[in-house]
Amino acid sequence: MNNTAIDNKNEQKITLKVYRENRGQDSGSHHDTFEVPYKKWTTVLDALLYVKSYMDPSVAIRYSCRMASCGSCGMKINGVPKLACYTKISELEKSTIECEPLSNFPIIRDLVTDFSRFFNHHKSMQPYIQTNDSTEADTSKGTFSFYQSPEDVDKYLQFSYCINCGLCYSACPTVGTDLNFPGPQALAQQYRYFADTRDESKKRLDIVDDRHGIWRCHFAGSCSKVCPKGVDPALGIQLLRSYMLGISKNDKVPAKKIEVNGNNNNNNGADTE
Amino acid sequence: MDLMSCLECNESIKMVSRTILKESQIMKIHYITGIAAIFVVALHIMMRLVVPFEQSLEYEYIIANYKNIIYVLILESILVLISVHGFNGIRIILLELRQSRAWENMVTVVTISAMIGLIAYGTRTIILANGL
Repeated sequence: MNNTAIDNKNEQKITLKVYRENRGQDSGSHHDTFEVPYKKWTTVLDALLYVKSYMDPSVAIRYSCRMASCGSCGMKINGVPKLACYTKISELEKSTIECEPLSNFPIIRDLVTDFSRFFNHHKSMQPYIQTNDSTEADTSKGTFSFYQSPEDVDKYLQFSYCINCGLCYSACPTVGTDLNFPGPQALAQQYRYFADTRDESKKRLDIVDDRHGIWRCHFAGSCSKVCPKGVDPALGIQLLRSYMLGISKNDKVPAKKIEVNGNNNNNNGADTE
Repeated sequence: MDLMSCLECNESIKMVSRTILKESQIMKIHYITGIAAIFVVALHIMMRLVVPFEQSLEYEYIIANYKNIIYVLILESILVLISVHGFNGIRIILLELRQSRAWENMVTVVTISAMIGLIAYGTRTIILANGL
């Protein structure tokens, strides 16, 4: 018996129910069902691409890296927001797999959703390092590096793993009722930059201190449960709240700046190294 | 809420609210009144338990309680704490239902008015029963 024969013998089939809707046409929504062969390593994205290649090329999917790095292929798989490329069919242990677009996002077509609002919330958090030091912009004075201890990095490291896949935003019950709520991703990113010792912005807490801001989180915790990168957005939100309530004291010491040529410029007034 | 309308939103969606108190200050008041209410209500229940339940419901006993200045202060505290905490809770729930400046302002005005009204009416009852 050759290898191909063994492969065919081990081949199993799964029923894939795919949500279909075209925003451009008022034809309503329905599910299409496909019988797809799979092996133990086949992911849901592989199955959908099989459908697209051999059964129905009109199925719309967004994907890119196929390795849970880009965050493009987020969808509801059997009702739970997951990355299709990171979900193996064999691990679901179901004979039927239902693929639907993410909740809380407007549908463009089939499994493709519009991320405009999600990214606008992300941008409103000013997700970049802000410093008060004018020497940063003065390139004639050389290039600086920031010194951070491992403890400094630990404070925000897990939140920097976010890939903006939108799964937490889709799972959040508050976003379901209040679209002005920034959502767990944006709030966790706000904490990520707030906790970063390189960031010196004084306005970070004010950005989320709004009627529809951080206080509208119900702490359902579903955001942390669905995150494919192990980020805990609910933790970030609670940590940020504790600073705003005064329970935690913000004793952040700005990171030392070190010239790339080896000289140290300490903007904090501490000893140079 | 029409999710489709989001497709056209290219500008930042954040509405800038100009309010007397920051939301964090309101929530501090919310948490403090909630925790304080637990203790005051517990005290109130314990004061009720010093006599048999039937006796605690008798007219003379209740009027006598209203004459007790410590009991009156506890009742007034319960009234204020529960009203502030409760009406702010209702405000928070209603803010999530719809998102527009007019709705938010209306909800805020109505809940604050209702809170003041309830506290005023409850205080009047306490004062009348006290016989001041």
